[in-house]
Amino acid sequence: MKIVAICGAGIGSSGILKVNAERVLKRLDLDAVVVAADIASLPVVIGDAQVILTSAEFVDAIGKTFADVIVIENYFDTAELTTKLQKALA
Amino acid sequence: MSLPPLPAEAILVGATAADWREAVRLAGAALVRSGAAREGYSDEMIRMIDEHGPYVVIAPGLALAHARPGPDVLADGLAIVTLGTPVAFGHPHNDPVRVVLGLAIKNADEHLAAVAGLANVFNDGTAIQQLADAASIEEIQAIMRDDS
Repeated sequence: MKIVAICGAGIGSSGILKVNAERVLKRLDLDAVVVAADIASLPVVIGDAQVILTSAEFVDAIGKTFADVIVIENYFDTAELTTKLQKALA
Repeated sequence: MSLPPLPAEAILVGATAADWREAVRLAGAALVRSGAAREGYSDEMIRMIDEHGPYVVIAPGLALAHARPGPDVLADGLAIVTLGTPVAFGHPHNDPVRVVLGLAIKNADEHLAAVAGLANVFNDGTAIQQLADAASIEEIQAIMRDDS
């Protein structure tokens, strides 16, 4: 399974999402590759990604996609990430 | 898992900023003082927010100002500005901001160790409040020490 974390720069905030998503997935015993990228590279990196993690600001720019778009409010709240990832992957 | 350097020159405690732009500029100036960035980096961090919105407010009360690696970045670096009076960035959930982090990254491929260090500090939900309440540079450096 593939998950893409999207932000404006492709470093910093999307990197934090990647790191914390990997921590949550490990705790849930789920196997997934998490890629951090900027919004401009989304078409290149999305491939067959099942989930996109991002902020509300990027939902419109992401547009139509087969992936589940998960909006994260608090990037450091692993409980929020856990709940939303579990719901998307259920 | 190591945070970028956070020397005393890169920390500003209880600063005053009229608006979010000024708050980001204070973080940019702190990165210039510590030798991590050139003057132009502030404008780049502001441009990211102008272009994409206030998504850099990644947790309640905390903005992670940053831009892409580029000629204005001289070295990996972190800056912290705490605001005496909170400032709104226009974020739907996480305003107002009391702590602004400035992040300069030299090499995108190696930045994950730096952000993992940030995650180690801020996955403790009390860290933002502790930083906002810190009264000295030393206190802030102690909170930001990544022990894991």
